Amino acid sequence: MITFNQYVRAASPEEAYELNLKKNNVIVGGMLWLKMTDRQYGTAIDLCDLGLETIEEDDEYYSIGAMVTLRQLEQHEGLNTLTGGAIRNSVEHIVGVQFRNCATVGGSIYGRFGFSDVLTLFLALRARVELVGAGVMELADFTQTSRQNRDVLLRILVPKDTQSVVYLSQRNSSTDFPVLAVAVGKSAQGYVYSVGARPHYAMPVCSARPLCGEEAAEKFAFGSNLRASAQYRKQICKVLVDRAMSRL
Amino acid sequence: MEIKMILNGRQIIREISPDLLLLEFVRAEGCRSVKRGCETSNCGLCTVLMDGTPVLSCSMLAARAAGHRIDTLEGLTAEAEEFIGFIADQGAEQCGFCNPGFVMNTIALLRENPDPTDDEIRQFLAGNLCRCSGYEGQLRGIRAFLDSRKGGKDE
Amino acid sequence: MNRQELNERSTYRSVGKCVRKKDAMQLLLGKPVYVDDITPRDALVVKVIRSPHAHALIESVEKSAAMKVPGIVGIYTYEDVPGKRFTMAGQTYPEPSPYDRLLLDRRVRFVGDPVAIVAGETEAAVNRACKIVRVKYQVLEPVLDFHKAKDNPILVHPEENWVSMCPVGADNRRNLCASDVCSENDVEAVLADCDEVIEHTYHVKACQQTMMETFRTYTEIDRYGRLHVISSTQIVFHCRRIIANALDIPKSKVHVEKPRIGGGFGAKQTVVAEIYPAFVTWVTKRPAKMIYTREECQIGGSPRHEMEVTVRLGASSDGTIRALDVYTLSNTGAFGEHGPTTVGLSGHKSIPLYTGNLEAFRFAYDVVYTNVQAAGAYRGYGATQGQFAVESAVNELAAKLGMDPVALRLKNIVREGMSMPAYYGETANACALDKCIEHCCSMFGWEEKFPVRVMPDGKIRSAGVAISMQGSGISGVDVGSATIKLNDEGFYILMIGAADMGTGCDTILAQMAAECLECSVDEIEVFGADSDASPYDSGSYASSTTYVTGKAVENACNELRENLCQLGASLLHCDRSEVEFFGNGVRKLDGTGEVSRFDLATASMVNNTIAVQTTASHSSPVSPPPFMVGMVEIELDPETGSVEILDYNAVIDCGIPVNPNLATIQAEGGIVQGIGMALYENVTYSKKGRIAENSFMQYKIPTRLDMGHLKVEFEESYEPTGPFGVKSIGEIVINTPAPALAHAIFRATGVWHRTLPITPEKILFGIED
Repeated sequence: MITFNQYVRAASPEEAYELNLKKNNVIVGGMLWLKMTDRQYGTAIDLCDLGLETIEEDDEYYSIGAMVTLRQLEQHEGLNTLTGGAIRNSVEHIVGVQFRNCATVGGSIYGRFGFSDVLTLFLALRARVELVGAGVMELADFTQTSRQNRDVLLRILVPKDTQSVVYLSQRNSSTDFPVLAVAVGKSAQGYVYSVGARPHYAMPVCSARPLCGEEAAEKFAFGSNLRASAQYRKQICKVLVDRAMSRL
Repeated sequence: MEIKMILNGRQIIREISPDLLLLEFVRAEGCRSVKRGCETSNCGLCTVLMDGTPVLSCSMLAARAAGHRIDTLEGLTAEAEEFIGFIADQGAEQCGFCNPGFVMNTIALLRENPDPTDDEIRQFLAGNLCRCSGYEGQLRGIRAFLDSRKGGKDE
Repeated sequence: MNRQELNERSTYRSVGKCVRKKDAMQLLLGKPVYVDDITPRDALVVKVIRSPHAHALIESVEKSAAMKVPGIVGIYTYEDVPGKRFTMAGQTYPEPSPYDRLLLDRRVRFVGDPVAIVAGETEAAVNRACKIVRVKYQVLEPVLDFHKAKDNPILVHPEENWVSMCPVGADNRRNLCASDVCSENDVEAVLADCDEVIEHTYHVKACQQTMMETFRTYTEIDRYGRLHVISSTQIVFHCRRIIANALDIPKSKVHVEKPRIGGGFGAKQTVVAEIYPAFVTWVTKRPAKMIYTREECQIGGSPRHEMEVTVRLGASSDGTIRALDVYTLSNTGAFGEHGPTTVGLSGHKSIPLYTGNLEAFRFAYDVVYTNVQAAGAYRGYGATQGQFAVESAVNELAAKLGMDPVALRLKNIVREGMSMPAYYGETANACALDKCIEHCCSMFGWEEKFPVRVMPDGKIRSAGVAISMQGSGISGVDVGSATIKLNDEGFYILMIGAADMGTGCDTILAQMAAECLECSVDEIEVFGADSDASPYDSGSYASSTTYVTGKAVENACNELRENLCQLGASLLHCDRSEVEFFGNGVRKLDGTGEVSRFDLATASMVNNTIAVQTTASHSSPVSPPPFMVGMVEIELDPETGSVEILDYNAVIDCGIPVNPNLATIQAEGGIVQGIGMALYENVTYSKKGRIAENSFMQYKIPTRLDMGHLKVEFEESYEPTGPFGVKSIGEIVINTPAPALAHAIFRATGVWHRTLPITPEKILFGIED
């Protein structure tokens, strides 16, 4: 069971960053994963007063605050228009409405969870992240940063130039973690193939030309866990990529 | 630490431990309808409304709920009574342990979508596990309520 | 007929009607009615420290540091508990389950086996102390493979004081919890003479009941110095005995009651949590409470017995099923709760389904101890495992012969009036299985759905079928009792020891009482279950309550009618023979006078010597089987192996359904549990014996998006030994999904899957086991 001695609602991103520099402190997102960890923390840092629960847009980007819930993503008209409903598809299987009302996009992205549907899709959308510390960087680069990194994730920036994107997943039962999650995005720069729940966290592969499932699956490493074997995941990757390509 | 919130319409001020979960907090406040069914946010038994939005009180810090309006089934009896008789008429309450969370989320559903399709009902309530009923009777009950509201025949 | 048609058609006044459950509105409004809602919040918190090893001897427990944690009241180890062995199985004494437990033992036998009990003022203190206690183990090699358990040199129970009190073939020196063989005629000879012999082994895992309310118990010392236990249990009387055995105190010192129960499904037919807070309270004389976490339920509960069932089915080329040979290897885990009894159903409730032309059968089994979580009772109780095997074998025979599996069944099934040699020689007095099958065929559209269809998107639609039987109580063992009492203003109280765990038995038994007493169900209040106050009842398990306790209700009510007639006659100053009971009172047959129920009640409390409360007990020499058929249509994605259930239809013969609504919900709930078991509910162990599926995150039960559309209807039969013609329904409903789904999947892919669950990966790669 998680315990901590103090709870602080950060008054500014900088305050959150300062507090978070201490290794014994922790930022709470939706608390869904964090509360299952068996650890004693000093201070829990809450970002809920920083106005990060909104989705804003300008000409180039949707700017999604870290405290935006998965349910907000699911119901956001602009994002779903941009993605042809892929945003909704990527979260609608996640446990239930109440869960998605708690889970934050920041928690999902920052945690770089293997099972993250959201991370899978945002990589295919060539999203960027805005951090206190490192500033703005590509999400794909962020996923490679050390987990010891104490930066504070503020926003996810989704470029509007994606022409088409498809998200598909395979699950053993309807609201379980995915056995495999696939998102394929297409823009003027070409294609992005993002595969998550391999079971390692999602990573993107860019290609100027369209890849078939067979080709795409060769570019990823797959592993085994309770839900499926590496061999099955690889086979599903081929199938889902082909299906995504036909819908793109 | 001290928190203030509106619990079931009543402003309260309490001294709490900073890591207290909302679930434990509301139960200690006498809202025993709120149940724990798991430790992994999967069952939906602990559903409460925060500013009208259904959330899992097992995964919400009481400290974060400070400054918000929290409703449990104890505070929404009248709203629940509009439709729960239709569930009872199916016998779909069964053991009843999942009922409060299911009823709370149904309230949220009907507020957001007063005339849902069967598929919309299933989708919205997917996070409410029930091991007794097989779900079909719960759906029949909600459907019968919706039909009766449209002036259709009661079941 | 569906539930509404049954409701309208019932010729009874209360029986056969869709009455609301008596507790429905309380439950739906979330009122405080469960253990943790109604017991004090300041009771001592009780937890156990669990073994990280599958097999070990405790060398030392260093608890002095933990004892210093503020708020810690006691930490207890094997050195502090009584040394007499007992069983936690909720069964009639002498229990068939061996006495192989201690409250805490020096030898730990599975990952999760309790090592020490920790009691403290707050949960935080207890959690802290649990982390500080240092246990030194001598780690031993475990027996994890149940195929290698029998006669393994490593013994799970080497202790001298292990006792098996019934002749079940148990031998702790061989890791055997039970073993037996029975047969009729020469099965080998008939098999040798058959045109076709299907022989395969089918494997069902140690699935979890996952009732929404975990195990939980509150204990206190009452005003007489007795141990008062409020627990979520199906078995208050067995619970009393088991707690007294565990604590080695007189039975008279224990009082057990149950409030509302948040689901049981058999899990709470084992005394899983009760003994720990009971021990703490008895030692400290302070109130104590233990609430199992979901993880504890998953790793230290009382799940289904893992079984491997080998079937040899012999038939002629025209589809006549001539012989069945069933061997079951059952894994009882570290302790023997329900081990000797569950296994029996795997043969005795599968083979008799094919009594029609059966010339010979044999049923043999071994139940073995291993170093994994002990199994217990779970809805279906072995029949589920046996029927997955035999029903699959019958479907495999149909495929091999190119016969319609429905026609094959109609040719071979048990029919009304047949004697069933494999079912202890009982006769099927009431059996509408044939009608169920025909009814389900037309309701489901078997002719159209059985042929395999490839959809435009490449997905495959196919159908599968299975039939089932169960029992109604344990013949010659179960005792049900009821007390019915007339009270002020003429209302009745029905007192029972059966346990309504959400199933609605309080209401169903009240419906029967109302029928007998010619009043409305609202005039019957129900009380139960309480080991001090309720009349004796074995408890609610083995599909017994409606059938066994129901008859006791009927008998008690008839006795009360007689007593009321006597009281009425004395008030009317005439002879008993001159009056009759008519619901609202007693009247003279000649119409010259009557006395109301209100006045009878009043008179009963003034200068009266005629009891207006009566108690009846009932036991049945037979256990009439309900019957059922399930048909499923699936859509299978051949590129991913995913299975989507489109429709699940079932038709059930449970005799006369007492409450068609509740019977329907029982069926729907059981079917969905069966679907979960068939497709994704899995139990896997690490090399060290640790269960991976230890939470709802990893052990996936069906959501409302996973079960397609259910349709349940009934065919009535009239069971002459049951009250109002009833049989049971509680357990049978879980049995058909696994074989029906395996069948439909075979139809779509050509591969028989003989190990559950049948996951998309197994389907895609055609992995049979």
